[in-house]
Amino acid sequence: MSGLSHSSKRTLSERVSSALPKTEHRRLDEAHEQWAAQVGSTEELEGRKFITVSSVPIKDMYTPKDVEDIDFLSEVGYPGAPPYTRGVHPAMYRKRLWTMRQFSGMGTPAQTNERYHFLLKEGQMGLSVAFDLPTLMGYDSDHIRSRGEVGVCGVAVDSLKDMEMIFKGIDLGKISTSMTINAPAAIILAFYIVVAEKQGVRPEQLRGTLQNDILKEYIAQKEWIYPPVPSMKLIVDTIEYGTRHMPQWNTISISGYHIREAGATAVQELAYTLADGFAYIEAAMARGLEVDEFAPRLSLFFNSHLDFFEEVAKYRAARKIWARHLKERYGAKDERSLLCRFHTQTAGVSLTAQQPENNIVRVTWQAMAAAMGGTQSLHTNSMDETLALPSEKAALIALRTQQLVAYESGVTNTIDPLAGSYFVEALTMQMEQEAEKIFEEIENRGGVLSAIDQGYFQRELAKSAYTYQKAVEKGERIVVGVNKFVMEGARVEIPVLKIDESVEREQVQSLRQLRQARDNDKVRRTLGDLGAAAERGDNLMPSFIECARVYATLGEMVDVLRGVYGEYEEPPMF
Amino acid sequence: MKKIRVLLAKPGLDGHDRGIKVIAAALRDAGMEVIYTGLRQTPEMVVEAAIQEDVDFIGMSILSGAHMTLFPEVLRLLKEKGAGTIHLFGGGIIPDQESVELEKQGVGKLFGPGTTTEEIVTYIRSVAADRKQEPVM
Repeated sequence: MSGLSHSSKRTLSERVSSALPKTEHRRLDEAHEQWAAQVGSTEELEGRKFITVSSVPIKDMYTPKDVEDIDFLSEVGYPGAPPYTRGVHPAMYRKRLWTMRQFSGMGTPAQTNERYHFLLKEGQMGLSVAFDLPTLMGYDSDHIRSRGEVGVCGVAVDSLKDMEMIFKGIDLGKISTSMTINAPAAIILAFYIVVAEKQGVRPEQLRGTLQNDILKEYIAQKEWIYPPVPSMKLIVDTIEYGTRHMPQWNTISISGYHIREAGATAVQELAYTLADGFAYIEAAMARGLEVDEFAPRLSLFFNSHLDFFEEVAKYRAARKIWARHLKERYGAKDERSLLCRFHTQTAGVSLTAQQPENNIVRVTWQAMAAAMGGTQSLHTNSMDETLALPSEKAALIALRTQQLVAYESGVTNTIDPLAGSYFVEALTMQMEQEAEKIFEEIENRGGVLSAIDQGYFQRELAKSAYTYQKAVEKGERIVVGVNKFVMEGARVEIPVLKIDESVEREQVQSLRQLRQARDNDKVRRTLGDLGAAAERGDNLMPSFIECARVYATLGEMVDVLRGVYGEYEEPPMF
Repeated sequence: MKKIRVLLAKPGLDGHDRGIKVIAAALRDAGMEVIYTGLRQTPEMVVEAAIQEDVDFIGMSILSGAHMTLFPEVLRLLKEKGAGTIHLFGGGIIPDQESVELEKQGVGKLFGPGTTTEEIVTYIRSVAADRKQEPVM
């Protein structure tokens, strides 16, 4: 399937001739030849090729000839209308800026609560919860596999008690919250619903996003618990529950961020992410949901990497492809189903431990790419993230960075400012066509789940990551401070945040108290009901909510499901 | 000549395997035997695999912050199982001060972000060469 064939019934030559008259063609060709004769070869400069960060070769100059088969109305158009290339909302940032949403969480629930109050006071507009690895993997803090990891990468959550503390003094009816959790996402959502319930806030009032994207875990981030089939079932459970009870909640954040971080090129990120999205749509439809019932609450999440124009083209192509597939492949009729609403995070993998202050600058243009690409929300990384969790100062500079982009740079003045650039339009079209080729490859492999089984994505990412590293080592790719402009012996002068070992002790202590104080008979019964519901194949959201109410722990619930579904094991490959 | 055998392991809950896979490919291309354990290895599993595979080196990658727990534990188990001659090194997000602390405890070099694969290959070869020159008891 060609990325262009859908858009117009006219043949290519008709469209070309309508875009550029023949005489204009001749004049352009002449001008181009004259220019090219002066320039000579521009293949390389000092051993470096002119390629994007994804190794896509870029021409020395683009002209109207590069965009001659792009019809403005059908391929670019107006924001808030098909093909949505220019943005999902008609007025974009002229009516509302993106949401500045910094991902954070560390240590105990009380410490995280304190950080949230600080960020809200400093002008952050929504919360984004980072959980620690035991929580992400479904282990309680006192589990043997949790040793050394409690509260380190994020906040530790064992039960409803911890979630109550995290959101203490924060009105869940007013704030929107994003939660980065996948394998145990449905359980964390249940905790959130019950915290709200205790505040007197109903599920239909809740706004926010559950990451809840297991496919990219098998592909890239590797935080899985159960095998793919039951994992997909749990995700459809949350989509179904959200569709019925949480009209303002994004049931899933289909994520390319982690795929990119694991080594993908821009087009791999684009295509794998959208392919995952299509797989969720198909799974939800197989459950009997109508596409227009749930598709308006699907959200996406992309990386903003170093190559400015490539990233902008990627966002533009994503919107276009998403809208087209939703409409043509899945029969969506509601315009809201067609909108590729996405969050963006600047690329952690692009930051360097060497001369870490330089990272502030990298993050700035990555944030600008996200803004010029029309993101709905943004996380800007802290300069010290290759060294440790962000310190308060680094976190504040990161937030200020996007405030500067929003309020001082001028990029929000006009919608989709790069539209019409010969280069960016050509790149957008190229991205779209390349992504379609990858969809075809995935299709030929029997779909996303089969491709995961075959190790297709995992191998492709490992290959891209190794190619990138070799290019850096050969000096074909410059990383300032790492392989050029190196300062030998330059010490890292920025203060780094260290999670105290007392966090693990406190958290384990608090969990022990909980296990003593709660009604354990009730917990056992409720967990038994959960197991029975899982055996029957029921939607498990109501059971998770019941378990949350009686203070069953995350680990206890996950254990019940491990018993029913088993655990996933990845064949190691490189 | 016998090839250098290296076990590469991801202990703990951390799933960030981009780095270790790059290292695995680079060591393989440098002519070493590489055994990659895959993710989520307990220290016991790492040491068990190292002994069974009869490796000269264990390289552990930890980006989760659990290094101060996991490196000493693997070191302790190696000694306990009489495999103290296996050289343990690693990499990840490890603050300088803690690197120094771990090296004091007997862990080999810890490589941080920005390290080239060439540096790691050179390091392994030089440790292996030093060992050959050690007098046989």
